Amino acid sequence: MSQSDERYRPDRITRREALARGAGALLGGSVLGYLALAPEHLPFSRRDDTGRRSEPSERPLTLPDYSVSPDDSTIAVSIGRNGEIGTLLRKALDGMGGIRKFVQPGDVVLVKPNVAFDRSPNLGATTNPAIIRELIQLLLVDCRAAEVRVADNPIESPADCFAKSGIGKAAEEAGGRVFLPDGNAFRTLNTPGAKLIENWSFFHRPFRSVTKVIGVAAVKDHNLCSASMGIKNWYGLLGGKRNNFHQDIHEIIADLSMMIHPTLTLLDGTHVLMSNGPTGGDPSLVRKYEVIVAGTDQVAMDAWAYKHLLQRGDDYPEYLFKAEQRGSGRIDASGRIREVV
Amino acid sequence: MNQPGDFRQRLNHLLRLANIRVLSQGSFLLLFVVAIWLTWTSRIEGYRVSWFLEIDPLVALATFLSTGYVYRYLGWAVLILMLTLLFGRVFCGWMCPFGTLLQFTGWLFQRGATRKTDDNRYHSLQSFKYILLAVFLVLALLGSLQIGLMDPLVWVYRGFTTFVAPFWDLVIDQLMLLSEWIAMPVDLSDLKLAPGVPVRVFTGSFWIGALFLTFLLLNVRWHRFFCRFLCPLGALLGVISRFSLFRIDRDVSLCTDCNLCLLGCEGASEPQQQLLASECFSCMNCIDDCPENALRFAAHGLDRKQVIAGPVVTRRQWLFASVLGVLGYPLLKSNGFASDENFSADMIRPPGSVAEEEFLSKCIKCDQCINVCPTNVLQPATLREGGIEALWTPVLNFNIRHCQLKCSLCSEVCPTGAIRKITVAEKLGEGNFIEEGPIRLGTAFINRSRCLPWANQIPCVVCEEVCPTAPKAIQTYDEEEKDVFGKLVVLNKPHIVPDLCIGCGICQSECPVQDRPAVYVTAVGESRSDNRRLLLKYRSPETAEPG
Repeated sequence: MSQSDERYRPDRITRREALARGAGALLGGSVLGYLALAPEHLPFSRRDDTGRRSEPSERPLTLPDYSVSPDDSTIAVSIGRNGEIGTLLRKALDGMGGIRKFVQPGDVVLVKPNVAFDRSPNLGATTNPAIIRELIQLLLVDCRAAEVRVADNPIESPADCFAKSGIGKAAEEAGGRVFLPDGNAFRTLNTPGAKLIENWSFFHRPFRSVTKVIGVAAVKDHNLCSASMGIKNWYGLLGGKRNNFHQDIHEIIADLSMMIHPTLTLLDGTHVLMSNGPTGGDPSLVRKYEVIVAGTDQVAMDAWAYKHLLQRGDDYPEYLFKAEQRGSGRIDASGRIREVV
Repeated sequence: MNQPGDFRQRLNHLLRLANIRVLSQGSFLLLFVVAIWLTWTSRIEGYRVSWFLEIDPLVALATFLSTGYVYRYLGWAVLILMLTLLFGRVFCGWMCPFGTLLQFTGWLFQRGATRKTDDNRYHSLQSFKYILLAVFLVLALLGSLQIGLMDPLVWVYRGFTTFVAPFWDLVIDQLMLLSEWIAMPVDLSDLKLAPGVPVRVFTGSFWIGALFLTFLLLNVRWHRFFCRFLCPLGALLGVISRFSLFRIDRDVSLCTDCNLCLLGCEGASEPQQQLLASECFSCMNCIDDCPENALRFAAHGLDRKQVIAGPVVTRRQWLFASVLGVLGYPLLKSNGFASDENFSADMIRPPGSVAEEEFLSKCIKCDQCINVCPTNVLQPATLREGGIEALWTPVLNFNIRHCQLKCSLCSEVCPTGAIRKITVAEKLGEGNFIEEGPIRLGTAFINRSRCLPWANQIPCVVCEEVCPTAPKAIQTYDEEEKDVFGKLVVLNKPHIVPDLCIGCGICQSECPVQDRPAVYVTAVGESRSDNRRLLLKYRSPETAEPG
């Protein structure tokens, strides 16, 4: 073969080397064999006898109670009347003892408006952006909150809903930060005692390191549950196949009253959609009041708005009674209500 | 460096034409990526994000042939035409974002010592692109626009929309998740191409992505395969470049026939002998590679003997290609999907779309509408909805999402007017458009054997809740009924009011019977064509309300 003068010398594998290789194969095989075949309870075992062990699991998270109860006040519902948006908001909050009782310097506040649809503010299907603007300024300037976040998971395109409702612009101009439901923004939330959403997909990303939560709900007609107000507003934080909940709408709203214990709830009484809800679509269906409601008892607040803003009398929707039974609040607000005119 | 002569030499070397070309290619690719980034509802603000398509002479010419007119901005293709008349196929070598991607892929695998002169010799099959061009143009003249199957700018838009964008957004989402996981949350959503939505899907995008990747990866072995063999736009510019003022010129007295000029020749245009001017991208690599300075890019003093102007295609081949085009037309048309008798119920076109026959003579399948759609309802058609002729044209899939009421972005970005530019007022039939009424995409129907209140005595009516028209096109009335367990339940049973329905599909996308929804929209009743109308008269809302 080779024409060179050196003789061909094979490069032989030694006995030692062969033994080492054999031992390596044995060791490697044993390790892999142990991982794959050892009974499930042994350490490091990756064996899955039933196929259940490999099921994806997520440890559900829980939300803290965001409420604060100023000890010197028994007022649960406060109604601000007469004036510009800023005045109404301040009156309503003053009735509760002032916003500074609820939000302290350094707090990270999440504001949850209703941005469900791609509709302009005058149609009453979404929260009035002027309230969001005033509220954020109050939080940042008066309360010296560290950060104000605004989040919702709308039914239509999130970017468009925030743009068309004017809430995105209002929030950003006032110094808030808008969170849209991007990928991985949802996690499973555990709500103890909830019947339909004990463990359910929840728009969690904006809630990271939040210390205070304020809901700012639109008050509007709803085709199925009669009215969408403060409690129903939290529906906008659900993910997953939430359209199933309409099969038991009152139960889900009662569940929502337990899902979050907000610091404060505000009801937007400036644009009330009286019919064709929750989408609206015709400005003539909207009734304007000079009213903003603030409070800590969402059940009492919704009952008040149902009677006085939607003008539906005492025939409250079923979910308010259910929420009352769950201990989320009391419909009867007598003695706990204050009007600041 | 301290010697001025030395510095000047370095500077000259740095500023040589080939380097300026790379800079130009990079800038145009960047502009393209910025345009794609801007193509989103929260960013677009009236930017002309489809401008690469609007300066594409093939789009302008083919739609002119198919419609007789030049839509909106397409006349700007004259810019590229003029540029080609001056400098040859500079568009291919200096501007085309797809060409740049292809060249870059090839460059990654064929650098330095692996470069071979033989890889860049002319291949007789390079004339195939001219055949393709002729087939497409004849088809367009007869009324079927198919250039979008091969146009490079269409490919790069479509590839980015359905393949690159979702992939990129997924990467960003995972990075954000990772940053949260290590407790240092960073908001990267500005980098996403579709921020604010969890995930976008595009039906059949596997094949678009696979072809896109194939075109890229072919460059590993055959440099700029797409540009040399397939590109119909390159072919069109090649035909035009017969008349161009500047070209590469070889000084035969200086040339030593070393063939080094072939080393970096992008177009395989034979600069070492008689230049095939139609194949030359004016990339200027040969000028750099020539050790004898025998090559130059000039307008006068050119040696007529050293050029073959115009494509290497015989008259017989041109004729053959045209006959193929003529034969292809009935082949596409008799397929029967575009007809008014046998149209697919799922062939629901975006608002503002012109009637189907006309639509197919205008749509280039660039998928810009699909990219800008904020709800992801717009999808590239698969063979199921409209056959091969309508492949990758936009259709609405209401199982995914709905058409958002106050949005007309798809009509904004459409470069060819297949989706005519409309305003939201025109879409909704408001203001000046009350007479015409709203644009109807189709009509909703209820499948009572799958609807929860109708079939199973279970309350639901999500469809009524989300119906956006005022008054609602889905109305309900209360009915007390015994369910299978004998319990009395009050049910709101939904009824469609076709007179009010605009076919936006939100009822279908929100229906809990998700896979084959109990309320669904089909194309009949779409207002773009009288031949597909459903109702003779639209009853007034007063009479349509249940009594």
